Amino acid sequence: MIQNLIDGILVGSTLSLGAIGLTMVMHLLRFANFSHAELLSIGAYSAIVFDAIFSTMLPFLAAKIGPLSMTWALALSVVASMAITAMSALLIDRLVFRRVREKGSELSMVFASFGVAMIIRNAVGLIFGLGTHHYTKDIVFAVVLSRDPMILIKPDQVFTLAAALAIMIVLHLVLSRTTIGYALRAVAENPALAQVNGIRLSHMIALVWLVGGGLAAVAGVFYGLSNQISPMIGRDLVLPIFAATIVGGIGSIYGAVLGGFIVGIAANIALLVLPSGFSPSVPFIIILAVLLIRPNGLFGEART
Amino acid sequence: MGDVALRVEGIYAGYVPDLPILKDVHITVPRHSMTVIIGPNGAGKSTLIKAIAGLVNVRAGRIIHEGRDITGIRPDVLAGYGLSYVPQSDNVFRTLTIRQNLDLALRKAGAEAPARLAGLYDTFPQLADKRHEKAGALSGGQRQFLAVALALANRPSIVLLDEPSAGLSPKAAAEVLEHARALTEQGVTILLVEQNVKQALRLADHCYILAEGRNQIDGPAADLLADPIVGEIYLGAKRLQAS
Repeated sequence: MIQNLIDGILVGSTLSLGAIGLTMVMHLLRFANFSHAELLSIGAYSAIVFDAIFSTMLPFLAAKIGPLSMTWALALSVVASMAITAMSALLIDRLVFRRVREKGSELSMVFASFGVAMIIRNAVGLIFGLGTHHYTKDIVFAVVLSRDPMILIKPDQVFTLAAALAIMIVLHLVLSRTTIGYALRAVAENPALAQVNGIRLSHMIALVWLVGGGLAAVAGVFYGLSNQISPMIGRDLVLPIFAATIVGGIGSIYGAVLGGFIVGIAANIALLVLPSGFSPSVPFIIILAVLLIRPNGLFGEART
Repeated sequence: MGDVALRVEGIYAGYVPDLPILKDVHITVPRHSMTVIIGPNGAGKSTLIKAIAGLVNVRAGRIIHEGRDITGIRPDVLAGYGLSYVPQSDNVFRTLTIRQNLDLALRKAGAEAPARLAGLYDTFPQLADKRHEKAGALSGGQRQFLAVALALANRPSIVLLDEPSAGLSPKAAAEVLEHARALTEQGVTILLVEQNVKQALRLADHCYILAEGRNQIDGPAADLLADPIVGEIYLGAKRLQAS
C-alpha cells in the first residue's frame, strides 16, 4: 500500500507537469487539445538527440550525476528539449490551431488536435523507429527505505519528484508575484477585459504555448527516466493527463497539479484491487466520476 | 477638432456580418465633458461603446479619437492611445486581489507606478483598505470603483463606461455616477451608457438617444431632461412629474 502510494506520487508529479500546460491551453483557447501529450513525446525524443550530441562533443558531460542514472549531458538536454518542444508547440499553433480558430469552431479545433497528434506520433515513429529507447542502459538499483513493509525507491524517482515540485513552486511564484503571471491569469479569466486593459492576446497565447511546451518536455524526459521511450508515449499519457486536468478543473493550474497526483495515486492504488491489465481504465473511471459529481472539477469554475 | 475628444462618423457595426446593429450612428463627445447615451433595451447603446473600444467590428464609417482614426484598431492598442473602457459586468479580474488588479493595470507605468497606485488609493480609499482581498469578494459598488480605478490607472483622455450603475443599490449607483462626473473636472472625458436615465441626465453635459441602432435625438442633457416629449417617450412622463 505505501509502496503504491509512493509510486503514485512519483507518477503524479510527471502527470502534473503535463496537465499544467494542457489546462492553460484548454482554458485560454477553449478546446480539448488531444495533441498535448505528443509534446511529451517530442520532449523525450529531443532529449535523446541532444544527449547524444552533448555526450559526443563534450565527453566529460557523459559522467553520471551522483547516484542518478542521469548524466550531465542529459541534464543539459532537458533544457535544450524544453526550448525545442516549446518552439514546436508555438509552431503547431501558428501552422494549425491559429488558422483553424480564425475560421472554424471549437469543435474544429478538437478534430484538428486529433490530426496533429497522429502526425506527430507517426513522424516520431518514422524518424526514430517504432522500437523503444532508454536514456541509460545501466541498471539502476532501488534504495530500500523500509523492509517491513518493503518500500523501494530509485534515486532518479526522488530527483524527478523534487525537480517537478521545484518547477511547480517557480511557476506558482511567477503566477502569484509577477505582472506577467497576473497577465496570464487575467487572460485566462477574461480575455476581452484583458485586451481592453492593454494586454495583447496573441502574445499571451504564445506564452501559454511556450510554457506548456516547456513543461511537457520536462514531463516527457522524467517519464523516460523510469519508462521505455516509444512513439506511443503520447497515446499512453493522453488520458491520464486529461483526467488530471478534469479532476483539477479546467483553467486551474493548482488544480492540475493536485489532479496529477490524484490520478497517479489512484492508478497505482488500483493495482492493489485490480489486475494490472485494468490499470489504464482508471483514468477513464476518474474522468467519468468527476464529470458526474463535480463537472467543473475541484478548482474549476463554470464559464459563461 | 480642438474641443472634440471623440467623434463617431456614420458607423455600421454588429456581431454578425451583414446584420448591423448600429446603422449610420453619429456622436461627438466634447473634451472634458460627460456625454450620456440612452435609449430602450436593444437600441445598440452597449454595441456602440464596444465598437468604439474595438470589441465589435465596424463595417463602415469612422471613429476619430483625438484627431486619430481608430476604426478597427485592436483594444489593447487603444488602451495605449488613452482610451479606457469599463464593461457593464465582469469588469475586474475576480481571481486577482485588488492590488494585483492595479499592479497589472500599472505594469507599463514604470517608475511612476508607486505614485499612481498611491493616487488611486487616495481617490478610492475603500480599495486601499481591502487591497489584499480578491476582487471577486468585493461588493457591487466596490467592484465598480475598482473597475473605474483600472480604467484610470494609465491616465486616459477618455473613459467609456457601460452602465456602471447596473445592479447597484441606489446609493452606490449615485456614488459611482457622481464620481464619474467628478472625473471630468480632473480633465477626463466621460462617455457613458446608462439605464439610470434621470440621474445620468442630471449629471451629464450632453445626451444622445438611440433607438433601433440609429440616432434619434440629441442635445444638452438638461434640455432633454426638461423636454416633455422626450420625457414621455424615453423617460416615462409620470416618473418625471413625480420627480
